[in-house]
Amino acid sequence: MKFAIMINEGPYTHQATDSAYLFARAALAKGHEVTRVFFYHDGVNNATRLTVPPADDRHIVNRWSELAKAHDLDLVVCIAAAQRRGLMDENEAKRQGKDANNIAPGFRISGLGQLVEAGIQSDRLVVFGD
Amino acid sequence: MSEEMDMDEGGTVKKFMFVNRKAPYGTIYALEGLEVVLISAAFDQDVSLAFLDDGVYELVKGQNTKAVEMKNFSSTYRALEGYDIEKLYVERESLEARGLSEGDLLVDVQILSAAEMGEMMAAQDVVISF
Repeated sequence: MKFAIMINEGPYTHQATDSAYLFARAALAKGHEVTRVFFYHDGVNNATRLTVPPADDRHIVNRWSELAKAHDLDLVVCIAAAQRRGLMDENEAKRQGKDANNIAPGFRISGLGQLVEAGIQSDRLVVFGD
Repeated sequence: MSEEMDMDEGGTVKKFMFVNRKAPYGTIYALEGLEVVLISAAFDQDVSLAFLDDGVYELVKGQNTKAVEMKNFSSTYRALEGYDIEKLYVERESLEARGLSEGDLLVDVQILSAAEMGEMMAAQDVVISF
């Protein structure tokens, strides 16, 4: 089955992204396809590479990056939600005249159309949030 | 991956329902939810909106946000018609529990019982809840 995943809450405060990660990993292990993971609302905060959790805790951002690399996942961060919350890639930082960028490897910034498209083209869109 | 997805888009029409459950201010869910609804209009899908729980407050007439210094976006619901988004369902029980009636709302809606709303949700292909 083709699954698309939507994540609406940020890391550590809320379990949504953990549940989504475990779901994605389990789906892939069963031979399903994860067509896209879309990060919205505070979920965009799952994409900052500046995250430094305590060493004995899971690293939520890195493990998404690693899963993306292992399975060629498409991790998409909503641009409008990202702009509000200070998430940007190199191009966006240049465009906005900012002195830094913070997007983690494996994530890309794009528009909300990517969410609707994922809903159209997948068998299920599974939403993780509040 | 996105290019691959763009290519096989070919005319699929799915039933999308956006479920609004939260008050318009206090959290960003209603505002960012509306942004998804507007984008979805560009994809020629069968789009509907459901309002239940505190989400019914999103449609109440006469909103004034001056004192909380937030943008009053309630007029956007009136503009949905111009995007061919005309299926707005409001749960009767949620209205009644809050002392509201259809006359308090700023757009034309269809009032459904909780049971009818459940049937409507079960008939969807994609349900996204804000």
